[in-house]
Amino acid sequence: MKFITLGVLILLCFKSGNFLRAQNVDSTKMYHIDEVDVSAPRVRKEVIPVQIMEGKVLEKLSVHSVADALRYFSGVQIKDYGGIGGLKTVNIRAMGTQHVGVFYDGIELGNAQNGTVDLGRFSLDNMEAITLYNGQRSAIFQSAKDFGSAGSIYMTTRIPQFIGNKKHNGKFTFKTGSFGLLNPALLWEGRLSERINASFSSEYMYTTGKYKFSYRKKNGYDTTEIRRNGDVYALRAEYGMFGRIINGDWKAKIYFYDSERGYPGASVREEPGKFKHQDRQWDTNFFLQGSFQKHLGFYSLLINGKYAYDYLHYLSDPRLDVSTMYVNNHFRQHEVYFSSANMFTLFPFWNINVSVDFQWNKLNADLVNFVYPKRYTTLVAVASALHFERFKLQANLLGTFVHERTKVENGAADDMQEYTPTLVASWQPFQTGDFNVRAFYKRIFRMPTLNDLYYTFIGNIYLKPEYTNQYNVGVTYVRVFDKRCLKRFELQADAYYNEVSDKIIAMPTSNQFRWTMVNLGEVEIRGVDVALQGSWRFGQDWLFDTRVSYTYQKAQDFTKKESPFYGDQIPYIPWHSGSLILNGTYKSWFLNYSFIYTGERYEASANIPENRAKEWYTSDFSLSKNLSWKRVGIRLTVELNNIFNQQYEVVQCYPMPGTNVKFIINVAI
Amino acid sequence: MNKKGFWMFMFLLGMLLIFSCRDDDDEIIPSVVTKVTPSDSVLGPVKGFFLLNEGNMGSNKASLDYFDYASGEYHKNIFPERNPNVVKELGDVGNDIQIYGSKLYAVINCSHLIEVMDVNTAKEISKITVTNCRYIVFKDGYAYVSSYAGPVLIDPNARLGEVVKIDTATLQVVGSCTVGYQPEEMVIVGNKLYVANSGGYRVPNYDNTVSVIDLETFEEIKKITVAINLHRMRVDRDGLIYVTSRGDYYDVHSNTYVINSKTDMVAGTLNFPASELYLCGDSLYSYSTEYSKITGKWTINYTIYDTKMRRVVSRSFIKDGTDKLIVTPYALAVNPENGEILVGDAGDYVTPGTLYCFTPRGKKKWSVQTGDIPAHIVFTTNSLQYDR
Repeated sequence: MKFITLGVLILLCFKSGNFLRAQNVDSTKMYHIDEVDVSAPRVRKEVIPVQIMEGKVLEKLSVHSVADALRYFSGVQIKDYGGIGGLKTVNIRAMGTQHVGVFYDGIELGNAQNGTVDLGRFSLDNMEAITLYNGQRSAIFQSAKDFGSAGSIYMTTRIPQFIGNKKHNGKFTFKTGSFGLLNPALLWEGRLSERINASFSSEYMYTTGKYKFSYRKKNGYDTTEIRRNGDVYALRAEYGMFGRIINGDWKAKIYFYDSERGYPGASVREEPGKFKHQDRQWDTNFFLQGSFQKHLGFYSLLINGKYAYDYLHYLSDPRLDVSTMYVNNHFRQHEVYFSSANMFTLFPFWNINVSVDFQWNKLNADLVNFVYPKRYTTLVAVASALHFERFKLQANLLGTFVHERTKVENGAADDMQEYTPTLVASWQPFQTGDFNVRAFYKRIFRMPTLNDLYYTFIGNIYLKPEYTNQYNVGVTYVRVFDKRCLKRFELQADAYYNEVSDKIIAMPTSNQFRWTMVNLGEVEIRGVDVALQGSWRFGQDWLFDTRVSYTYQKAQDFTKKESPFYGDQIPYIPWHSGSLILNGTYKSWFLNYSFIYTGERYEASANIPENRAKEWYTSDFSLSKNLSWKRVGIRLTVELNNIFNQQYEVVQCYPMPGTNVKFIINVAI
Repeated sequence: MNKKGFWMFMFLLGMLLIFSCRDDDDEIIPSVVTKVTPSDSVLGPVKGFFLLNEGNMGSNKASLDYFDYASGEYHKNIFPERNPNVVKELGDVGNDIQIYGSKLYAVINCSHLIEVMDVNTAKEISKITVTNCRYIVFKDGYAYVSSYAGPVLIDPNARLGEVVKIDTATLQVVGSCTVGYQPEEMVIVGNKLYVANSGGYRVPNYDNTVSVIDLETFEEIKKITVAINLHRMRVDRDGLIYVTSRGDYYDVHSNTYVINSKTDMVAGTLNFPASELYLCGDSLYSYSTEYSKITGKWTINYTIYDTKMRRVVSRSFIKDGTDKLIVTPYALAVNPENGEILVGDAGDYVTPGTLYCFTPRGKKKWSVQTGDIPAHIVFTTNSLQYDR
């Protein structure tokens, strides 16, 4: 396998240094990044703040899911309900999880029902790259949806690559360790013809979800309990085909995910061991998606299409747990999506793109008085990109048109049309040296979700969209050294100011058990994101990669002037947070140390001692060794996570696991 | 050079490891004392009151406040510092607080327990597990607690609630009696206990009955049909029981009904909505916060009904305009001695609330910040002792 050759060591040295690296103007080309390209990395000055983690880096990080990996990016907060099965959502620059667009192989993963995607469910097993853009992906040749979120995460799965005459690649991975984890995964890649490749990837995961946690008070109580009912079973299978045509390519993917999980629930006071907490959730997700692009001289065409079905079943049964009341709900969502992007190259330095997307969503649920909503969304984006040698300018206008219908008469929200602009610029002030200045402004909104509008009792059809305005100024700097230990140094720093207005929040009605959604909430966020990266070489055999990220955020709630908490920091946003990754390679040994710090923050919008949440920081270690036996590559890994057994919570009353271990064996042919 | 660099790396790594050792223990959060009104000599038996804050569900933030009339001091969050060894403090969602004898009982709904404290110190004496407990009343040495969690039969969706009987001497559960769906408040008249069944979990098939329990046999002897989604209950000196219906939040509005405990029949409808009732002498104070799903609007009313004259005597007992500041009235009590009215404002439910004290004439006397969702008030005739 590739990773056992010396050439790959060099590759690691450079290739894993792509944290800050960017794509072409045409980002859809990122699917063609050649894994064995060992030429010196071309540093592309991205006009939009972007952070990337690619295959080799992801492999070495001792993390399980995409959400865990995203914790190492600056400007990102993960809401983590604990354990492998716990919900993990991403909040970019404190604007809220529902402002994050999540794309899987180039097409957005929708969730019209509640607007968030649980990134804890996406394992890194077949992931080639995770990319995070503030604002939007800095390409213009893309679907209208790519312009439609305040921040975006692109998950890119592995594309088949064949060395020499090889016609097949195979990989088997088995992970086990704490929490009763059993996690086998299988990957097969085949060359079907000169122009068509295929891949099949499948994964099974089971965990008991059990772990110990403690709560301790100075001169007070000290209790250790076990997290229960956090078991998860999940099966993922996907099959993809990748074809090349003259001046273009196509790909198609079928995806299936099935899971059953328990809800461990909030860890609140109760008689220890008395109640079982047996509520459960079953999910089935299926999608079929395809993409086609062709370049014809000055004209380029990109077509995307998708059908998705999501099923969710929640059951809380007092026969299993006497403390709960009976709830048995089923939710079924359908989505059909079609997009066409058309780019015209007017001059070598000027491109214009027009994209039109159409999407249809439907939600069925067996709730009382449910209205069975359907949503028809049309998005039209017009974008222009000017690129001169040292100056780039992009601008786009997105029109969003939403029409909704319900089975119940007069139950639907009014039609909505919104026009939102983005302006992006970057400038290289000096002829020499890789120093760039960039800036962007973006105004975008999130639609109220179908739950916000139509959930029985809670929903409110009078909701308006929730708006964000983003202003960003930043610099990037890259330097490559020949003769020093430090081979390469990259810096990216951005300062930003965001506003969230008409924030959709839950408000209680006449009692605690009846809430409703309202447009009430104004937030201002001032922040700085810094990311530094270095590649080092000591002697012949020692290679190191280091990455440091730091985030400062002042995210203030300016909702109610009369409130004594006006201007307080919004919940769960620390002022300071950061991460560090140290990556060492010695011959066929790999060592990784990663550290995450989340500073003091508050669990509610009142910044009082009762709501204060202590800072936490975890240290994770992993050690790998590559072996080869005939033509089989074997990689053995041991991970030791949260080595200081720190007891902490990311979300109030959801304790996180202490020290845990994982063993991984990876066999590739 | 290279070797030096390598060891520098190792040194940095070592520094990080040392830096990573955190003192894991959190501080116990102390109470906050605010002087809200000048000291006053207290003539009558009422020395102060306890206020139980519910705390939002799943946040484990139920908390206990205390106000002392003699000093005019409000003590916010007194439980943790007085009970540092009680694991996870008071618990999740405080739903009722009452005093019986020398003990203070706090019903903690989502912690499924009743915290029993010494009324003089607010220190824990014991805790009694009662699944999904809601409200508590007392008679002849026994406590009666309404609970949503009756026996589970074949149809899990048709689970009746129950009233649990607790011996206040031993603090042990001694019996239970199955009643209607999701029982809420109770009153005791003579030897009969009345409990309002809501059926709130069975939307749209709300319960509409009051169960009558004979305390001799501790068996349900009758169900009185009143209206859907019943909640509050108070009994006046003549044995008339006032019971509120929450309506269905759509077409059926909240209303207040009267049951005659002699005949166990509905004796009348008062035609005012009520979210809370407080009976002081012959005055039945109430507020209502009605939210309509159809108009998407709130309507708040503050009413006094005279139980002797049998008519509404006031449509707004807050006279100085303070009612405009109150977002979500959630607690209501009237000091039986000086007639001062206490109203708790839960605000947005997720930030600390405000407690307002009004003179009998409805002018604001003082206000103070409480815990999250100030909800349940009980007056005490014993001053809380300061030694912890």
